[in-house]
Amino acid sequence: MDQASAVDIRKVNKFYGPFQALKNIDLTIPPGKVTCLIGPSGSGKSTLLRCINFLEEYDSGEIRIDGQLIGYDAPGKKSSGRKLREMRRGIGMVFQQFNLWPHMTAQENVAEGLIRVRGLPKADASARAADALRKVGLGDKMANHPARLSGGQQQRVAIARAIAMEPRLMLFDEPTSALDPELVGEVLTVMKTLAGEGMTMVVVTHEMGFAAHVADQVAFMEAGELVAVDAPDRILHQPQDLRIQSFLRTYHERNAF
Amino acid sequence: MEWSVFQQYGPMLLRGFGVTIFCWLMGTVLAMGLGLIIALMQRYGPRPLRWLLQVYIEVIRGTPFLVQLFVLYYGGPLVGLRLDALPAGLLGLTIYGSPYFAEIFRSGFNAVPVGQLEAARAIGMSETNIIRRILLPLGLVSALPALVNFSIILTKETVILSIITVPELMYQVSRMSTETFRYLEANLVLALFFWGLVETISRVGRRLEARITRHLIERV
Repeated sequence: MDQASAVDIRKVNKFYGPFQALKNIDLTIPPGKVTCLIGPSGSGKSTLLRCINFLEEYDSGEIRIDGQLIGYDAPGKKSSGRKLREMRRGIGMVFQQFNLWPHMTAQENVAEGLIRVRGLPKADASARAADALRKVGLGDKMANHPARLSGGQQQRVAIARAIAMEPRLMLFDEPTSALDPELVGEVLTVMKTLAGEGMTMVVVTHEMGFAAHVADQVAFMEAGELVAVDAPDRILHQPQDLRIQSFLRTYHERNAF
Repeated sequence: MEWSVFQQYGPMLLRGFGVTIFCWLMGTVLAMGLGLIIALMQRYGPRPLRWLLQVYIEVIRGTPFLVQLFVLYYGGPLVGLRLDALPAGLLGLTIYGSPYFAEIFRSGFNAVPVGQLEAARAIGMSETNIIRRILLPLGLVSALPALVNFSIILTKETVILSIITVPELMYQVSRMSTETFRYLEANLVLALFFWGLVETISRVGRRLEARITRHLIERV
């Protein structure tokens, strides 16, 4: 099906009490493309990402996944749990803290959603989980519990858990921020492979290299506002806005030695 | 010291110990079950119900077990609740223990990282499945040491059932004491029995803990 956009974010606002975390956000996520959300801490990029699968409830505006409004049936009228769950199974999410279930092996972590959500028979789910784990290079770690895996391996299991569900959209919330520097590469490699296969991805990240080389568009946020959306080059190398320039200056200073 | 009285009273004391263990086991299991239900209803139930349960917790925790038992056993018949000593004792233990267990479960559930529940929500798992597959197993692991600890405390609360004539160990010890005037010997036996019971429970508890946490400890 040919579509103009995978995710349509229109005039989205989000408040925590009197604090406005998202200010009138408009953003279009094109299908089959990688969109990186960058910006300083507390700028609202994670909040925006979490609104896309309604882990965070937005207060006004619309977020449509392939045309379908998520979280609400109509403005102000929240949709049923069932409807929300059905939409969520098509949206994979990878968290900063991996959030694997520590009492299950890698394979069980990946199979869990296939069994409980997709309703696959156990043997079938295990086989698919094994496939997904091989795809992220962990074919030999399937029987390990998360406590027996490195951070990079845990995050790859988390990616396998998401892709096993065959999502049409993947959300990444700072997937490498909790990792030791030497483990970042293995996770980014898996993400690049996914991007190469045409997965629609929204990635909140501080990895400017990834944004520069893999993203199709980069969105810069600050203080709850979407400052600019453009090609990576135009944001990262020829930024017009002073806020972006200042953010990148800080970033380069921190990474220079 | 005069130990020969045990030839006569030994079997009776053993029977009493049996009743003690039975009361403790039943009381603990039932109180734990009720506590778990309360904790889940407090987490997921509607606000008025949560408020009502909080009142229940405060009232039961705020009053002595002895008083609760009196009210249940001697006051119960006034409102048509006529129970024999043993069922009254078990019901009493269940009610008395439930708020403590509810609080232990509540803190166990709170110890489960929110992210692990969000991960389940994000792939579209239903709330029932999340409780069954994620919240309960992980919450129980966190709660286990406190559960064992309170179960141990409950062993010693069973002696209060003697007040309403449940024929458990304390009841038999009192009887033997008044009949033979061997207070010291009788109470020493009581202490020994309880010490053995508590020691056994804590050993089983530690083993259980080691067993269920073996996959959760980082060994990279």
